[in-house]
Amino acid sequence: MAYTEDDLKKELETKEYEYGFYTDIESDTLPVGLNEDIVRAISKKKEEPEWMTEWRLEAFRHWKTMKEPEWANVHYEKPDFQNISYYSAPNKKPKYDSLDEVDPELLDTFKKLGISVDEQKKLAGVAVDVVMDSVSVTTTFKKTLAEKGIIFCSISEAIKEHPELVKKYIGSVVPKTDNFYAALNSAVFSDGSFCYIPKGVKCPMELSTYFRINQAGTGQFERTLVVAEPGSYVSYLEGCTAPMRDENQLHAAVVELVALDEAEIKYSTVQNWFPGNKEGKGGVFNFVTKRGLCEKNAKISWTQVETGSAVTWKYPSCILKGDNSIGEFYSIAVTNNFQQADTGTKMIHLGKNTKSTIISKGISAGKSQNSYRGLVQVNRRAANARNFSQCDSLLMGNKCGAHTFPYIEVNNTTGKVEHEATTSKIGEDQIFYCNQRGIDTEDAIALIVNGFSKEVLNKLPMEFAVEAQKLLEISLEGSVG
Amino acid sequence: MELKDKLVSSFLAFEEEYGGENDDLHNIRNQAIKDFEQFGFPGRKEEAWKYTSLKSVLKHDYSFFPKKNDSIEYRDIKEYLINDIDTYNLVFIDGVYASHLSNTTHDKIDVCLMSSALNKSPYKAVIDNYFNKIAPKNGINSLNTAFTREGAYIHIHKNKMADKPIQIVNFSTGKETAMFLQPRNLIVVDENSHVQIIERHQSLTDSPVLTNSVTEIFADKRAIVDYYKIQNDKSDASLIDNTFIEQKAESLCSVHTFSLGGKLTRNNLNFYQKGERIDSTLKGITIIEGKQHVDHNTLVHHIEPNCESHQDYKGIFDENSTGVFNGKVLVEKEAQQTNAYQSNNNVLLNDKATINSKPQLEIFADDVRCSHGCTIGQLDEIALHYLRSRGIPKKEAQGLLMYAFANNVLDSVKIPELKKRINTQIAHKLGVEVGFNL
Repeated sequence: MAYTEDDLKKELETKEYEYGFYTDIESDTLPVGLNEDIVRAISKKKEEPEWMTEWRLEAFRHWKTMKEPEWANVHYEKPDFQNISYYSAPNKKPKYDSLDEVDPELLDTFKKLGISVDEQKKLAGVAVDVVMDSVSVTTTFKKTLAEKGIIFCSISEAIKEHPELVKKYIGSVVPKTDNFYAALNSAVFSDGSFCYIPKGVKCPMELSTYFRINQAGTGQFERTLVVAEPGSYVSYLEGCTAPMRDENQLHAAVVELVALDEAEIKYSTVQNWFPGNKEGKGGVFNFVTKRGLCEKNAKISWTQVETGSAVTWKYPSCILKGDNSIGEFYSIAVTNNFQQADTGTKMIHLGKNTKSTIISKGISAGKSQNSYRGLVQVNRRAANARNFSQCDSLLMGNKCGAHTFPYIEVNNTTGKVEHEATTSKIGEDQIFYCNQRGIDTEDAIALIVNGFSKEVLNKLPMEFAVEAQKLLEISLEGSVG
Repeated sequence: MELKDKLVSSFLAFEEEYGGENDDLHNIRNQAIKDFEQFGFPGRKEEAWKYTSLKSVLKHDYSFFPKKNDSIEYRDIKEYLINDIDTYNLVFIDGVYASHLSNTTHDKIDVCLMSSALNKSPYKAVIDNYFNKIAPKNGINSLNTAFTREGAYIHIHKNKMADKPIQIVNFSTGKETAMFLQPRNLIVVDENSHVQIIERHQSLTDSPVLTNSVTEIFADKRAIVDYYKIQNDKSDASLIDNTFIEQKAESLCSVHTFSLGGKLTRNNLNFYQKGERIDSTLKGITIIEGKQHVDHNTLVHHIEPNCESHQDYKGIFDENSTGVFNGKVLVEKEAQQTNAYQSNNNVLLNDKATINSKPQLEIFADDVRCSHGCTIGQLDEIALHYLRSRGIPKKEAQGLLMYAFANNVLDSVKIPELKKRINTQIAHKLGVEVGFNL
């Protein structure tokens, strides 16, 4: 075979990686186990200021006194926290040299999702063309954002460059002592994103696009902080529709949103971590704490599509502190094979005339368990609070389970809370109707599931909605019968 | 001394005095007190007791062994009985059977006492088969089992129908200051039989009383059981009511709970459906005020296919009162074609009142129809305006709307006199005059 230019490029790349990064990796990985020295070491590696180190240590000391929560409706072998390496530099060495070496099953999925070849390479861990489009795109993005005064960078960068902002807001919504995993994350978070939208600025693009291209091994303890100053707007998307094959088993992320007066944050998540194989072996444990704080007239909207992870434990919440603030939660959780998901939301109504909407769609197939767990709390001062919740579950096969655990606490006469839940299966008549019109059963199910999830899919940014829809189909593949 | 320790240490004296000669029973009691020692009273850390704290009711210095009290006459208790129809009555005063106020039978059906059933040989087979079989082990139930002594024993034999309703009424006189009562009822309804039961706990004085009652009900094939609980006690009377119902194929059971009074009321109501085509109904009306606390904790366990369950709980809460609804529908994977419906609607009349509602569904079967709905809100402003614009004062208009809100639960009450009685009580409580009979 002729030696082409492409081959040369690839060879150069590989060489560069060999010399550039390979040797570094060893020294960048901390020994397994967790103690104060490790926490200090992480902080030092990140070149963090003194206050940050102290903050981490406080979190760590508190974490030691805490116990792993057991109330969730999930069963798994608990990770050994002393057997994890809490810091390793992002793995920059490509796993594969070309797409041919990648698991064909994975490629097949990419194809179905309609992901471009360049992105496929990136996602599968294939060495990517150096002059890939995205680099220039990234630069353009950065320029546009900077012009508007928007800060969007990694959290470690933010700690160094904007310490006053980080210091003010970090831990203000999810205190470092909030829960077991949040405390662990606070002590050892490796990296994450920081986003700051100045007063009155409407972020000109979905931060999703940017994020997707830049997402390089964010590590297992991710920390995200989004601050929207009064009157600003931002739409943020994390995650990716493509399946992430990650070697880390435990993921404990923390996401904090601060929406000041009249600000609006739209936070969308597509989560598709490795769910384990068909026998239920392996897979990622996803224990996430997400919370947003709404000041006066502010609005926070969570949208999530959860299809991956062996165990998901996730409750994006809104604290509706300011008067007239609005919280929304739209969720689709799909579980197949041996997956377990315990997910939902908390809406804490503190201010007057606060409103919240919860739409949760659970789809369980195979031998999976899918739970909705939500809290709607209307406090004494929250006059005229309004909540509407709807949780629908769809069951496929009789080996899976769907569970609903709504908690409703109302302390105010003017509060109006409505909760509705239904559980059903796909009607035989619906399938028959489709079959009759020449749509085979598998497609018919996809069609019906899409209809079932439409309310939530509609809330996703346009280009993602399309992919998420395909993702649902793929997640449920082979669950018929 | 803590109440728990006091109970444990008085167990020996209890066994000595009331233990009887039945060895099996003796073993059950001993095991139960051990279980109670291990579990203790439930605390708020337990998920099922998250919203209800027993602390305030456990602090009294209760006496456990009541003396027989003969001073109560029929006229003292008349108003607490459904007295305008003929019924079988089982009246207990301070946990002791009052024969002069009761009316029992052994004619085709057995309506008699737990104490005699436990110790007399003709009942041994039934006791062995059914006693303490479905009440799960936990602090509350085991405590009752350990101190099982008196209560109602009702056995409706095959193909028989109880010719009149049965009333089980537990009075407390508080002669010895604070009382701790633990009635234990066993109700066995054989194939194709039918029974209607009204149960009430009533304090005759203002001294504190805590009742921990356990009732086990077995409905065999095609049996029909209608059970009504009236809870309208004095302001220092607390009740932990534990009712367990096992249903066989094609049986029909309904439990209506009317919680209109008392200090702290906790209803643990569990249905186990062990057969096909079973129908279970759980309904309740709660209207409370002051510092009253009512907690409904229900479980419907769908084990086999083609069964139905209907739950409908309504609550009106005023002043500092607290309402809790914790309903659970559990559908096993064999229970295909289940139809489970659960609804909990509440009205808050005061900013200091609280409602905690947790309607849960746990479903493992795919071909089912389960739904639950929960609302917490206020009276419809438009309806209120409509009534007021027609010259009905605000207060009365509110009363009328609340009355209408609660009233549809009464539709399924099958004893007309009872329906009328509850109806009047509710109307009275809401300050409405109802000039018509339903």
